[in-house]
Amino acid sequence: MTTVATDASSTDGRPATRPGRQVPVHKHRTRPARMVLHAFLWFMAILWILPIFLLLYASLRPYAETQKDGYFSLPHKLNLDYYSQAWTGGSMGRHFLNTLYVAIPGVIITLFLASFLAFALTRVKIPFRRTLLVLFTAGNLLPPQIIVTPLYTLYYNVHLPTWLSSSGSVYDTYFGVILIHVAFQTGFCVFVLYNYMLTIPIELTEASIVDGASVWRQYWQVILPVIRPALGALATLEFTWIYNDFLWALVLMTTGDKYPITTSLNNLKQSLYINNNLLAAAAMIVALPSLVVFFALQKQFISGLTLGASKG
Amino acid sequence: MVATPVPTAETTAPRTPAVRRGRRRRRRLETRDIIVLSVVVGLTVIIDLALIWGTSIASIFLSFTAYEGIGTPRYVGTTNYHNLFTIDPTFWPAFEHNVLWLAFLGLVATPLGLLMAVLLDRQLRFSRFYQSSLYLPVTLSFAVVGFLVQLVGSADQGVINAILGRTHGNGIDFIGNPHLNIWLALAFAGWRHTGYVMIIYLAGLKSVDPALKEAAIVDGASPVQTFFRVVFPTMRPINVIILVITVIEALRAFDLVYVINGGRNGLELLAVMVVDNIIGEASRIGYGSAVAVILLILTTGFVITYLTQILRREESR
Repeated sequence: MTTVATDASSTDGRPATRPGRQVPVHKHRTRPARMVLHAFLWFMAILWILPIFLLLYASLRPYAETQKDGYFSLPHKLNLDYYSQAWTGGSMGRHFLNTLYVAIPGVIITLFLASFLAFALTRVKIPFRRTLLVLFTAGNLLPPQIIVTPLYTLYYNVHLPTWLSSSGSVYDTYFGVILIHVAFQTGFCVFVLYNYMLTIPIELTEASIVDGASVWRQYWQVILPVIRPALGALATLEFTWIYNDFLWALVLMTTGDKYPITTSLNNLKQSLYINNNLLAAAAMIVALPSLVVFFALQKQFISGLTLGASKG
Repeated sequence: MVATPVPTAETTAPRTPAVRRGRRRRRRLETRDIIVLSVVVGLTVIIDLALIWGTSIASIFLSFTAYEGIGTPRYVGTTNYHNLFTIDPTFWPAFEHNVLWLAFLGLVATPLGLLMAVLLDRQLRFSRFYQSSLYLPVTLSFAVVGFLVQLVGSADQGVINAILGRTHGNGIDFIGNPHLNIWLALAFAGWRHTGYVMIIYLAGLKSVDPALKEAAIVDGASPVQTFFRVVFPTMRPINVIILVITVIEALRAFDLVYVINGGRNGLELLAVMVVDNIIGEASRIGYGSAVAVILLILTTGFVITYLTQILRREESR
């Protein structure tokens, strides 16, 4: 659905040529090689799943049991006790809510600004197109640590009225964290959506221009519905990235109770450091949304990642 | 669209600018269009310029000052850099760890991801399962991965010690030993990076024209030759992206070691130094900025390579 160029070559190019030429050769010669290949792939797959599996397994078992028999033993007792203990002990409900305060506006604003800019770059022919494209693409490539120190200084010194921010500045507010997510992620999304929009026939907006549609109507009623698949993929990807972010809230906020869930892991480690199995349960809870993305939204996530790459 | 009667004023509108400005055949923008464009595009550009580019440049200026976050920055010349290179005991270990991180991702994890993509880019039984397993860590945060490292590497209950049979007080401390912990962290960073690289190369391999491979095989090239002489070079744009991603991942590495032990005792990294100078016991903005500038210098070359590629493609459009 997403990568027009790649899909075309894989669907009509490959199956047509493959069976005719290569399969007969493989059938005779490379059976043992095939087995070695599968053995290697199984080994890799299991090695890659193993850490997550161990995390899950450890989180379900009482500490006393794993302490006595080790993590590779058969279970005597499996339960979710550590999950409820971690949930309440770490006030994880509150931190999940904090994550939503950041991620929902973050994703929506990012996608809105990025899609409008990509629309303006591809359809309206605004001035400085190439400069803007470079500006946004390059900005996304900088390691965040390059800008975190001046950003902290800036946030600390920009004053807000106290009814807006209890700290009196942008520092320690959700607004500040959302803003930097938007700034950082817009670059990637502009690049992806720019390339995506280039594949949409120009006639589409041309027709609405003849109808006398304003720029806003072209964007809102013509372009937005067409780019919905790309927006879905990017929303999945951006939500995952903002959810997984650890750095921004750590540096730009100071009140531990306000931390989003991923940043709060660092504090949870101290407050829950009773045993490894409890920590494992906490980590599983935090990993849960990632696993949902993995199982339910795999297609969107992957196409979001490869949209940016395969058109490069 | 076709059925809509077009007002006469609008029919002439697209033509007027075409006559006046030659190749322009677009409708002239009306005032409300210009307002919408300026507000939304302007806002986006201002946010990006101020928060990404403004702060990057500010990093450079701040790195030549002594500044504790309050008062005014005081110009101190290259003192911060001098102290970093000659006095600070964490700088060179951190620098070496970043180089090691880059080498490990670039020479082990990235080639492994490419290998997996090549092996899985064909009709194969269980192919979906293999792909999904390798991709599993990509959706996880490094903070969660840091917890995994703990579970796997701890001295008394760790999984590695359980495998080695060292469970009764004689376990190896993979977290606390400054010569071992970096390797465990690297293994898990690579665990995540491999899947990432695989996904992007799988998409890249699909975009390679199969006729090219056919031609090479007809010419008598072995599959290995075909890959290195034909397929890999045609994926140049993807290779550049992977190169940039690998470098950035190596330089921004932070969360993982910070969750393990705060990035000390064998896990020093440049990014940790930057953060420690902000939220550590003393906030030394100027000094932290100097470390950030070193990260910036290390990044620049790769980013420019990538941008050159994009610009060249734009020109050919």
